[in-house]
Amino acid sequence: MTEGPSRRRVSVTGPPRASRPLRPRAAGREIDEQTALGEVYMRSLLRTQLRLALAVLALVVLPLAILPTAFAVWPVLGTLTVGPVPLPWLLLGFVVYPLTVLVGWRYLRQAERNEREFERIVGPPR
Amino acid sequence: MTSGSGLALLAIVLTVAAALLIGAYGTRVSRTTSDFYVASRSVTPWMNASAIGGEYLSAASFLGVAGLVMAYGVDMLWFPVGYTIGYLLLLVLVAAPLRRSGAYTLPDFAEGRLESRGVRRVATAFVVLIGWLYLVPQMQGAGLTLRTVLGVPTWVGVVAVGAVVLVAVAGGGMRSITLVQAFQYWLKLFAITLPVFFVLASWQADGAPEVLADSPPVFAERTSVSVGSDVVLRVEQAVTVRADGVVDGREVTGTLRLPTGRHEVAAGTELVFPADAPVPHAEPLPALTGQAWGQPLGGGLDQPLYRTYALMLALFFGTMGLPHVLVRFYTNPDGRAARRTTLTVLALVGIFYLAPPVYAALGRVYSPELLVTGRTDAVVLTLPGAMVGGGGGLVLGAVVAAGAFAAFLSTSSGLVISVAGVLSQDVVGRRMRSPVAAFRVATTLAVAVPMVLTLAGQSLPVASMVGLAFAVAASSFCPLLLLGIWWPRLTAPGAVAGLLVGGGLAMLAVLVTLLAGPVPGWAGALLAQPAAWTMPSAVLVMVVGSLMTSRQVPDGVTRIMVRLHTPESLDLDRGANLTRGGQWP
Repeated sequence: MTEGPSRRRVSVTGPPRASRPLRPRAAGREIDEQTALGEVYMRSLLRTQLRLALAVLALVVLPLAILPTAFAVWPVLGTLTVGPVPLPWLLLGFVVYPLTVLVGWRYLRQAERNEREFERIVGPPR
Repeated sequence: MTSGSGLALLAIVLTVAAALLIGAYGTRVSRTTSDFYVASRSVTPWMNASAIGGEYLSAASFLGVAGLVMAYGVDMLWFPVGYTIGYLLLLVLVAAPLRRSGAYTLPDFAEGRLESRGVRRVATAFVVLIGWLYLVPQMQGAGLTLRTVLGVPTWVGVVAVGAVVLVAVAGGGMRSITLVQAFQYWLKLFAITLPVFFVLASWQADGAPEVLADSPPVFAERTSVSVGSDVVLRVEQAVTVRADGVVDGREVTGTLRLPTGRHEVAAGTELVFPADAPVPHAEPLPALTGQAWGQPLGGGLDQPLYRTYALMLALFFGTMGLPHVLVRFYTNPDGRAARRTTLTVLALVGIFYLAPPVYAALGRVYSPELLVTGRTDAVVLTLPGAMVGGGGGLVLGAVVAAGAFAAFLSTSSGLVISVAGVLSQDVVGRRMRSPVAAFRVATTLAVAVPMVLTLAGQSLPVASMVGLAFAVAASSFCPLLLLGIWWPRLTAPGAVAGLLVGGGLAMLAVLVTLLAGPVPGWAGALLAQPAAWTMPSAVLVMVVGSLMTSRQVPDGVTRIMVRLHTPESLDLDRGANLTRGGQWP
């Protein structure tokens, strides 16, 4: 072996094993270039966040949605009292509010966690 | 003028002056082009949340909720619950993506997301319609407040709020308004909460009379009622009153026996009821025993279960579609801050809503004359004076009057800015050369139309009016936002069709309700609470329409989804902001 071509052939034998961030770098590029893989990343982010949102709705909106029917089917619920306060007043006038804030707070933490996870996969800023 | 009304006038003037002064001070701090419209983007979530709360808590929250609960009972607590849950839905479904979209306004979002000018035009029309619909009850509330505390005719308050908002908005845009709105939130919270402690203490000192008694409300003492506008009274038990004015078409001065039945009482009439007489109610308010009033579905309206569900749907899903709510999100630095801000708003709004039920309940015992005049919306204003005697009562009365005025000012200016913004950009701006002049003309239009509607139109309870605006928003912008953010296959023709069908039907129901007055039976319930059928139609039409035109899915949708959903810290290609930057005056 004498000149250039053979030398070049030697120089591309393989990627150095130490260079790790290749996969994360690629993920961002997959999204930018709108490849099928990039779409998979995006769809999984959307699904995760939407599933979280729907879980929150199931937790708060569903019980509230059942309430009027429950009052209609079992009128006795409307006459129960907790201390001096009737149950419907307690639920709709007070309990709803701290409960909503609590659920909202849990949602916020989980949504941010999902985003950090996505950031970890898609990689450090290039 | 009595010393009480003088004090209230002073408090109102101070509120207006403080708002204008803080606005003027802020003007010097921030003066770039985008500041004119969306204030600075470096506002903390805490400050921003106060501002959103300040703008969101309108006449409907400050006066209307207590008024409706007092008249119709516990079912009406769904109003404040709905206003709050609306923010939870906004938090989990819309807040962060909307901020990340970079849109200033709903038409911006619609056009940018769907790459279509046609959607923009329809969205513009709905921003203006919803804005006007929401402004009418604010002005109505202002008229009622000045009338209640100062005794001036209703139009004075309407014109006063209109003029102040016009001057403030045309002069300063949204510069520094964040600070003003934040101040107004704390003022409102203080104004509605402080009297609660005093009226509760006074109720205890009075031996805590039963609110949920098994009988209709009675006058605790000899009570003089001046009837402000023509009413029809339903007398359930014959009563002898002293009357001065026109009753059943006849001039009366002196003692008058009112037998059981309906009686027409003309505006300007003064009636004096004896102690312990049952309270005759103005139509269409139902005469409820304390017990029925305190129980769900006992409010005396047709189809209460349907009405409750339709109202829930309108309020839960309408909040995200209100034009003045979206603009505020742009003042967050990024999507995460938008979420944190929304969570704080949820807490601030929730704290506020603990107060109105107290006014409603005690109002039935201590301000029953409002059931005679039909103006239960005034209970927040009258109760402190009625329950706390002497100077303390006067001061508390002035405090609530100031808080109520802050409510009209803040919500109205937010709405006027949103309406004027889209009007100047899409309607007036095309015909005028100077953008600042266009914004001023648009502001005048944005204020004048609802002012005329308020003075000419039928008066519904304030919170019911606002509920109609929510129903239209839930049937138009809510599906557009939800599908636009979470469903890449939405197309422009589908969106336009959905907006026109859902929003159009809701608007039609609103017009019939406003023009024809209360309709009995199922038809009345469907028209008064349209969201339960108009919102699903909007979603259905949008989805089916988009599937039928699936070739017209915008080319850039993948990039836009990246923009809407990925954290800003990631270095991704997310295309341009969904806004036409630099076009603001």
